[in-house]
Amino acid sequence: MADTLINLVRVTKHYRRDTIDIPVLDNIDLEISRGEFLALMGPSGSGKTTLLNLIAGIDKPNSGRVVIDDKDITKLSEQQLAKWRARHVGFIFQLYNLIPVLSAYENVELPLLLTSLSKSKRREHVMTALSVVGLEDRERHYPRQLSGGQEQRVAIARAIVTDPTLLVADEPTGDLDAKSAEEILDLIKRLNEEFHKTIIMVTHDPRAASHAHAIIHLEKGVLSKSGGVYEVPAAHN
Amino acid sequence: MAIPLKYNLRNLIVRRVSTLMTIGTIALVVAVFVALMSLANGLNSSLVETGSPENVVILRDGAQTEMQSFVTKEAFQVIQTIPGIARDTQGKPIASGEVVVLINLLRRGDISASNVTVRGVSETGVALRPHLKLVGGRMFRPDVGEAIVSRKIADRFQGASLGDELQLGRRKFAVVGIFDAGGTGFDSEIWSDVVGVSDAFDRASYSSVLLRAENVATRDQLVSRIEAEQRLKLESKSELAYYEEQTSASGPIRGLGIFVAIIMGIGACFGGMNTMYASVAYRTREIGTLRALGFSKLSIMTSFVIESMILALIGGVIGCLLALPVNGIATGTMNFRTFSEVAFSFRITPDLLLSALVFSLLLGFIGGLLPSRTAARMPITKALREI
Repeated sequence: MADTLINLVRVTKHYRRDTIDIPVLDNIDLEISRGEFLALMGPSGSGKTTLLNLIAGIDKPNSGRVVIDDKDITKLSEQQLAKWRARHVGFIFQLYNLIPVLSAYENVELPLLLTSLSKSKRREHVMTALSVVGLEDRERHYPRQLSGGQEQRVAIARAIVTDPTLLVADEPTGDLDAKSAEEILDLIKRLNEEFHKTIIMVTHDPRAASHAHAIIHLEKGVLSKSGGVYEVPAAHN
Repeated sequence: MAIPLKYNLRNLIVRRVSTLMTIGTIALVVAVFVALMSLANGLNSSLVETGSPENVVILRDGAQTEMQSFVTKEAFQVIQTIPGIARDTQGKPIASGEVVVLINLLRRGDISASNVTVRGVSETGVALRPHLKLVGGRMFRPDVGEAIVSRKIADRFQGASLGDELQLGRRKFAVVGIFDAGGTGFDSEIWSDVVGVSDAFDRASYSSVLLRAENVATRDQLVSRIEAEQRLKLESKSELAYYEEQTSASGPIRGLGIFVAIIMGIGACFGGMNTMYASVAYRTREIGTLRALGFSKLSIMTSFVIESMILALIGGVIGCLLALPVNGIATGTMNFRTFSEVAFSFRITPDLLLSALVFSLLLGFIGGLLPSRTAARMPITKALREI
């Protein structure tokens, strides 16, 4: 596969509950190209969020390697990993995860506080991100003053404001009505097509998954097809 | 860059009920701390600030207070011949033999009595205490049965007001003046002339001698000379040092102040901790989000500790304001060295307020530390799952 961005090699993850080992991911091999828009599907407990967390660097595998842009992130210390996430990963959560006491502007600005950008440069970036999601007129609004769809758009602006290499979305439409969900999916698709962001989206919803270029199915911790061969939805063939 | 401070401040406003309750707890603790320490402070300063730097107190060897001491009239004559003593305009050494006795007086509005110090002084003795000012009536005349009373004693004891008559030993003394000694230990005394007091209490010796050294620099040489004089067997020290030794009277109050503050402080720490734990639990998902975005454990921990310290500092400021009205209130206690009444005022100094604010910050720091650690150490994936 040309220009691989993400490469998972024999990744295994299990959780320990009391004395029992619960396997979640079993020897996963996966390659994802730069600029890909990939949907991760599977039943509850199949390990899709765990897989997403490993790729996003907020969890570590028990064995195997997670190589992103030629960097094995499993070898990074916690502090290095935090810095790496700030620079390379944009997060989109099911429940938006905006900070309620901060305005839309301040929420989007948060990841930029970890950079050395000046206040005016930060403002420029935040306003650009807000205009991409169509909410530049809502910068002073607090999350409670926004609809679910708007909150998720602010969260997307926060995810793209640092211009990260990779966007990870965990059920981004799971808490939205059909119309808002469709708008969010269109926006995510636009980020992929127009801004060439590599996107991995975990979803239950086949309609949401149908927006992706490709779909991977996870079942009981095993990929239904691995090594970059995806089941491509008919609509996109 | 750290998590912005407005995040913490706005969270305190959002959870205003628990914020106010914690602030209230800390405010009360700090108020009690300030009140108790101002009590100890006032008592301390009433004794420490007593005395002039060039004055020297002479007592019997081994005596810790004037009450336990005696200096014979012969010894007083010898002392005046020792070189290094300042002289007045007529060339006489500035030295005052003084008689100090305790009398029992009834407190105003109370049936309980307390010991009050009566000091018999010469004209020189009065001159040696220039900070003593008459605030009512006039100075006593020698040997006609007149006395002056400190304002604090006059206010707090029966029969000690201007115009009253005091029974001192076997003689009656008319109160002809009220004085203010500027918050020093003399503010707890009754003064009359040394001859009259000696006669009233049948004292053949002085209790102590107070004299003035030529200057502060030669004071210590004078002290050594007096102590080296074998005929006298007397002990001498600077007047400041003598009263500083008396400050052990404030020890129990200071100790009590610190003890009560520590006990209450522990309670306040738990209060603060409780608020912060609740706040951490309430914001678990936010903490997970901030960590996922790349904020370090240290910045999360710092943010929560700062939040707790802001909370405590607000409480500390309110506590100081609550305690301020006690500043200047006069009271009295027993000096356990002299067994006499020490009149003094609650004294809130800038230093005390500063230490109260530091104390409140410390409460905030300790109260915030454990919850902050919990917040920072939470696995990101677990924190993100919290609803």
